[in-house]
Order: sequence, then structure tokens, then C-alpha cells
Amino acid sequence: MSTSAPSLAVWKFASCDGCQLSLLNCEKELLAVADAVQIAYFPEATRGYIEGPYDISLVEGSITTGEDARRIQEVRAVSKRVITIGACATSGGIQALRNSADVRDFTEAVYAHPEYISTLERSTPISAHITVDFQLRGCPIDRAQLLEVVAAFVQGRQPRIPTYSVCVECKRRGLTCVAVAKGMACLGPVTQAGCGALCPSFDRGCYGCFGPQDSANTSSLADRLASAGMTSRDIQRLFSTYNVGSQAFGAQAQREQGGAR
Amino acid sequence: MAGVSVLDLAGLGALLDALHSRGYTVLGPTVRDGVITTGEVHTLEDLPRGVGDEQDAGHYRLRERGDDAIFGFAAPMQSAKQVFFPADELIWRGRRTPDGAFDVGHAQSDPAPVALFGVRSCDLAAVGVHDAVLDRREFVDTRYQARRDGTFVVAASCAEPAGTCFCVSMDTGPKPTGGYDIALTEILDGEHRFLAEAGTPAGEEVLAEVPAQPADYDDVAAADEVIDQARSRMGRTMRTDGLRDLLYASAQSPHWEDVANRCLACTNCTMVCPTCFCTSVEDVSDLTGDIDERHRVWDSCFSQEYSRLHTNFVRSTTAARYRQWATHKLASWQDQFGMSGCVGCGRCIAWCPAGIDITAEVAVLRGTALREAKG
Ligand code: SF4
Ligand code: SF4
Ligand code: SF4
Ligand code: SF4
Repeated sequence: MSTSAPSLAVWKFASCDGCQLSLLNCEKELLAVADAVQIAYFPEATRGYIEGPYDISLVEGSITTGEDARRIQEVRAVSKRVITIGACATSGGIQALRNSADVRDFTEAVYAHPEYISTLERSTPISAHITVDFQLRGCPIDRAQLLEVVAAFVQGRQPRIPTYSVCVECKRRGLTCVAVAKGMACLGPVTQAGCGALCPSFDRGCYGCFGPQDSANTSSLADRLASAGMTSRDIQRLFSTYNVGSQAFGAQAQREQGGAR
Repeated sequence: MAGVSVLDLAGLGALLDALHSRGYTVLGPTVRDGVITTGEVHTLEDLPRGVGDEQDAGHYRLRERGDDAIFGFAAPMQSAKQVFFPADELIWRGRRTPDGAFDVGHAQSDPAPVALFGVRSCDLAAVGVHDAVLDRREFVDTRYQARRDGTFVVAASCAEPAGTCFCVSMDTGPKPTGGYDIALTEILDGEHRFLAEAGTPAGEEVLAEVPAQPADYDDVAAADEVIDQARSRMGRTMRTDGLRDLLYASAQSPHWEDVANRCLACTNCTMVCPTCFCTSVEDVSDLTGDIDERHRVWDSCFSQEYSRLHTNFVRSTTAARYRQWATHKLASWQDQFGMSGCVGCGRCIAWCPAGIDITAEVAVLRGTALREAKG
């Protein structure tokens, strides 16, 4: 670890830790990461703690409590650059399902003593609270993309993270389109690339875990799924996962509400 | 018939052997993961025997034909595009040297010569388009050229056009008329056999090594009948008279907006199109910055970033992007390269997850244009 290397901190909010683990999973590259940046704060990986300020902060998780909302301001204050990692931090995560419901219904269904639960009405992305320098998508994020973003920030260049659809990667790999050749529901056409078309490569439709691509036409895809026999309820479910908090997916889930078709 | 011979199945296998013994990597149709696509063909067994396809807008399925046909299907999922024009091409790799300089090595493309086997007439026409665009202009794509040089082509006539085929409209099929070393037409009527025509001296030489009978009048008539049948069973048509002017006159048509309501801007149509050649150049570096690579990757006019100029998008809407694509394929390609950018293979129709059909959209434009002309 060279002393001139930029310092890196990793912060966790409401999330499952999967994205932080992606960083730890970079086994092959971890030494290079440790060389390129000084890992100053990363409770998941080390007990060492270096006081801020930090050059780069990676933020995982969404804001779901008043305490979170206060803490994220502190993170911003001690960070030169803030990069959100994952669907929770970038669009609110699966926990944003509460946004179109009454959160008390959930707490009462899940917890024995809901009165001890102090939580906000909505799960919101980090960017709803502070200025964010880059948002990395995925549930979880893709290792190679994470390394690319860290490299870009260390080297002071633009990260090369495409915003086009998963279909681009799917076709570049020469995979069979599961939508066209197998009649499966695939969110690839409306979802941002980054995973390398992982699900279609395993004979599954894309679940949309990277959130909407830059020109997502969710209503057309929903029309196609409906005319192939999918019910409004199922289409709503399809759009109501990790990125239901994104504008494009959330709005489509709303449109399907109540069996609009 | 001089120069025309007839092979049986064993003869077809011997043709494969002859190509292999000449050192070619033989690439042809194979069944993989629910589709017919391009893969390495070692023996007859690798070819899709008795397999047909069913193609329509946004729809592709394999089907059992109930016979022994080897070429009883239409355009495979992939054309020959990626054989010569790969989806991801390493252009150079640089390494930082201890003295701080950069050592740049240019990637060499694989020189192993390729034999295309059973390539369809529309796809062969598309290879011709890429030759003109990439290999015969002032600046040549040297990697394309290196792969393309010394290619051997065994073309196959189509007997079973798919619901998405319209090569007859585009004058590219169903029987190949050039660009091949050997052209095969499969005859299922009577004895299962293949009419083989040499198109080049190299083709003649290879055919001479393969056990075959000289073709008689009946063989040629039977092959002609196969082609005539195919010609009359095109799944789709596109009127091409005045097509270029139609597209230019339709620049402000409200119909682009209508297509955009359906279009997913997913890029599938351009990725599967055998003539689409849009790429982006991407530079990647590792964390240390010591190793850098430049890649050329397939991109698409349907991607928003592809139209970014400085801070703005030249084509910010999907309507503008679909218009760009259709107008380039069918109109400005003619001005640019003196030929159509569409060969009528129908892939953009079959592999569009929204089932958008270029022949139908053009027919609408024609209808609209007609109504406007009539006032
Ligand atoms: S399988 Fe899904 S991601 Fe792949 S091309 Fe088809 S629709 Fe797109
Ligand atoms: S478009 Fe013509 S040449 Fe191409 S696959 Fe269809 S029938 Fe064959
Ligand atoms: S535009 Fe469509 S039909 Fe024409 S060559 Fe391309 S993929 Fe084939
Ligand atoms: S026309 Fe079809 S394949 Fe092409 S971008 Fe639009 S939806 Fe995708």
C-alpha cells in the first residue's frame, strides 16, 4: 500500500452486504486494489480504521431510517467522491416496495414487536439525500464494473459503464434470445447492461437487477408480455423487484396495479 | 452438365473432409441451445439434419421436419458477420515499461483460413456488402481483410424460406448468384442428393476430389424446381421501387413516433443484421494503469450514447433512432455505398423482442406517402 494512494472507505446502509462482498470477491484483483487505494474504512473486511477525510467512498444500501438520513450527510462531508454501489443505494432496493404501500403493514406482518421498529415511510436512494459522483448499478454489482469504476476514479478518467440494454451484451456473446426463441419473459430489453447477460446465459429471462437502461420502454415490453398471456399481476411483480424504486420500473408496476389490462 | 455434379450424403461428408484436409476451419449451421446458429462443423453429424425452423415477427422455434434434410431451414440466428467482424476485437494492448514508456503491441488477427459452409444467399450478399464497406474503400479494415482473404465459400440455396424472409424482394436469393466457390442445392424429391456447382477454379479443384456423379438434366430440373418453390414461398415482401426517395420523403412522418411507441431501443435488430457495422472503440485499463487495451466492439444506432456528440445526443429519441436505422439501411446506404443496406434476411424481424417488422413499417410509410401525394 503506497502512502500516496487515494484512501477508500466503504459504508453500509439498508442492504444485504452483497455488493460489499463483490469487492471482497475480487480475489484475483484484491492485491491490486490494495495497491491502488488505501482501504481506510471497510468494516466488512478489516478492523483497521483510518479517520477521514476519504478520497473515495463506496456507499451500499438505501436510506430507510432517520439515523441513516443523518449519517449519510456525514459520509458526504468526509468524502471527496461518493460512489453508490448496487440497486439499494442507487434506486432504493427491494425495500422500496414499501414506497407504494403502508410500511406499518409490513412491520406488523414481519416483526413480533413492531412498536420497536423505527423506520421511514419510504426507502430512498442515496442520491435523494446527497450529491453522488457516480452510481453503479446491479443487485449485486458486477465485479469487473466495480474495478473499472475504482480504476477510473483513481486514474481521474470517465468510468466506462454502458447505459444501453442487456440485449447488447447478450447478442455480442451470441446467446440464444430466451424471449424470442423460448417465449420466456425477459427484462433484458429495458434493463441496463453490466452483468454480461448472465441470466440469459443460464437459460433464464433477465430479472432487471441493473435497473432501467437509458431509453427503457417498459410499457411496450409490458404490452408484449401481456399479449403473450402474462397477467397484469405477474407483469407488476416482474417490475417490482430490486429496482422498483427506479422511475421506469416503478411507474410500470404502478400501471399494472389493479389489473389495468 | 459440364461443371455441375451431384453428391449424395456421403459426398457431402467427403466435401467437409476435403475442406478440413486443406486446413480450413469449417463454419456452418449447427443446432445449439434451441436455435440454428453458426458453429464449427467437423462432420456431417454437426449439421442440423431433419431440423427446420419457424420464424415470424419476434418469434423463432426449431421444428422437426420428419425428413433427412440438411439445409431445411432459413436464415440461422447468426449470419457470417461475426466470423469476419467479431463482436469484440482487440486492437492493441499497451504495457507500461519500467522506464515509464509504453510498449504497444498490435493484436494480430487469427490467420487460420475459414470455409463458410452452407451459407445462405442473403448472407452471402451481406458478406459482399461488408467487403465493399470494410475492404474496398480508401481505408481498409485490415483485420477484416486478413480474415476474409483466402476464405472458401460453400453456399446453399434455400428450399424453405421462413416467414420473415424477403430475399426475392431485395434480389439476393434464394439461390446464390455469385461470391461462392461451390454452390449446393439440396434435392429431397426422389433420391436425397445435392446439386453442386463450382463458381471458381478453387471450387472446381475441391469438387474434383469429392466422389460425385455428373449432373443430368433431371437433377438440374429438380434443383430449379426447389428454387422456384422457394421463390414463391417468401414469408414477406418489400417493394423496392423508389424506396430511397420514399424514405427521404418520410423524414417528418408521424409514423416514426408510432414505431417508437413499440420499439424497445434494445439494439437486437442491429446486432443480428448481417450488414450493420456500427462499432465503438473502448479503451480499458487495469487498476494499476500499467496495462491498457483498445477494443472495437459492436455498437448500435439504437443506443443513446452512440449518438452522443460532446454533451448532447444527436438522436435523443427512439423515433429518431429507428428513423436513422431504417433510412440508412434502405436509402442513404445506396448513396454511400451504391447498394442496399438490407439483404432481406428477415433477422431484424424475427429477433426483435417487440416484433417490429421493417417490411410492415415501410409499407405504412408507402401508404402514408401515397395518401399525401394524392392530397
Ligand atoms: S434473452 Fe433477453 S437480454 Fe438477451 S437478447 Fe433476448 S430479450 Fe435481450
Ligand atoms: S432471405 Fe432468402 S436466402 Fe435468406 S434465408 Fe430466407 S430464403 Fe434463404
Ligand atoms: S435490415 Fe433486417 S432484413 Fe435487412 S439485412 Fe438487416 S436484418 Fe436482414
Ligand atoms: S426495432 Fe425491435 S429489435 Fe430493434 S431496437 Fe426496436 S425493439 Fe429492439
